[in-house]
Amino acid sequence: MAVPRFWRNIPARYNLIGTKCLTCEKCYFPPRTTCPACRRAGKIEMHKFEGIGEVVTYTVIHSASEGFDRQTPYVLAIIRLDEGPCMTAQIVCDPNEIEIGMKVQSIFRKIAEEGPDGVICYGTKFAPKR
Amino acid sequence: MSIGITSYGVYIPRYRIKVEEIARVWGDDPENIKRGLGVCEKSVPDMDEDTATIAVEAARNAIRRNNTNPKEVGAIYVGSESHPYVVKPTATIVAEAIGATPYLTAADFEFACKAGTAAIQACMGEVAAGFIEYGMAIGSDVSQAAPGDALEYTAAAGGAAYIIGKKNLIAEIEDTFSFTTDTPDFWRREGMSYPLHGGRFTGEPAYFRHIVSATKGLMEKIDVKPGDYDFVVFHQPNGKFPIRVAKKLGFTKEQIQPGLIVPTLGNTYSASSLISLAAVLDEAEQGSRILMTSFGSGAGSDSFSMVITEGIDEMRDKAPTVQELLKGARYLDYALYAKHKGVM
Ligand SMILES: [Zn+2]
Repeated sequence: MAVPRFWRNIPARYNLIGTKCLTCEKCYFPPRTTCPACRRAGKIEMHKFEGIGEVVTYTVIHSASEGFDRQTPYVLAIIRLDEGPCMTAQIVCDPNEIEIGMKVQSIFRKIAEEGPDGVICYGTKFAPKR
Repeated sequence: MSIGITSYGVYIPRYRIKVEEIARVWGDDPENIKRGLGVCEKSVPDMDEDTATIAVEAARNAIRRNNTNPKEVGAIYVGSESHPYVVKPTATIVAEAIGATPYLTAADFEFACKAGTAAIQACMGEVAAGFIEYGMAIGSDVSQAAPGDALEYTAAAGGAAYIIGKKNLIAEIEDTFSFTTDTPDFWRREGMSYPLHGGRFTGEPAYFRHIVSATKGLMEKIDVKPGDYDFVVFHQPNGKFPIRVAKKLGFTKEQIQPGLIVPTLGNTYSASSLISLAAVLDEAEQGSRILMTSFGSGAGSDSFSMVITEGIDEMRDKAPTVQELLKGARYLDYALYAKHKGVM
């Protein structure tokens, strides 16, 4: 990933910053600038998600792309956050531990490195809720 | 005017490796090593954890514990000897990840295992001067040891964050005192992966001389004696040194025991004395008096005297305790350990 693109996404990546429509109370992640339900009646503001959710579905990655190949096997899941929106993220747990409906919480981890001399991308992953 | 700790947070990775498993690979006698070092197992970071991620988790636990507004944190200093970048501060990553940016100052500190306590002193100065409302001092490390080196049995990973301020104190810092000399007991040159050490030289003229001098200096300065303390914390490179230095200074086993976490955690370097202090704060009561002295090779010690104030009980359970973080460990064999450490 190019450094500028990574840098622009830091608030969303580090702190799960999305948006919320004050008219219908719907939350969006990634952030949206308009509410598709309320259209022009929508009032959008920034919203920081609590980082608690549950696993909707998952897959175990055994053969990964470059940069992630040292971490196999790992779990990739779709998570429904308690505030509503779904997102795809890595779940840090044993592949035998994961199940649909499992409660998870956000954690701060290293996502990828651009080789030994490039920038390190940090961000949000999830782990089974303690 | 009193200055002190307003909150604290700790993070310990969930993986461990036992002394037996490392000894098996190098053909050492595990019982001999456990007896010699007073350490049974050590923490190991996950493959996607480093000093920055550990510092962030500890910082978030500190913010959570007393609901600090991150925008009121005017300085963040991260002490470590394993910063992920040589140039690009870990403190900026922490500041962003706790929502303290952009109106604050930040920097990384280095002083072997005492960089975190040096960061506390810097925060105390800025708070006392009225430059900032709150300062955050962090000690975080994913310690490196060359495979087969004696340090491999103890080099562990962990972090602790302390918020320093004037309001809503849970512990008032009565005073601090330091002792620093140029002593080459342990070092790592630029571009080298692993540190080197002076072997037996690391004991008397380094660890013991600096801790004893800083601690005695502090006690003389504020006119107290060992019996005035309920708890005492020293840097824990192994399970033997802190007990020996405590005895040397006239402290009892009862005073040092609650903070002695190295047998099941290992040496977390910059986080060592700070996680031990957290273990004490987890169980101290209002009025308890605590003495903490760190040690960093190179060499120096920072000693602190503090008294627990009211209000610690309500906030204690809002973030995980050290004992909770030590539970639920996952054990690795040496091959998986090497994969975690990126050695293979
Ligand atoms: Zn709406």
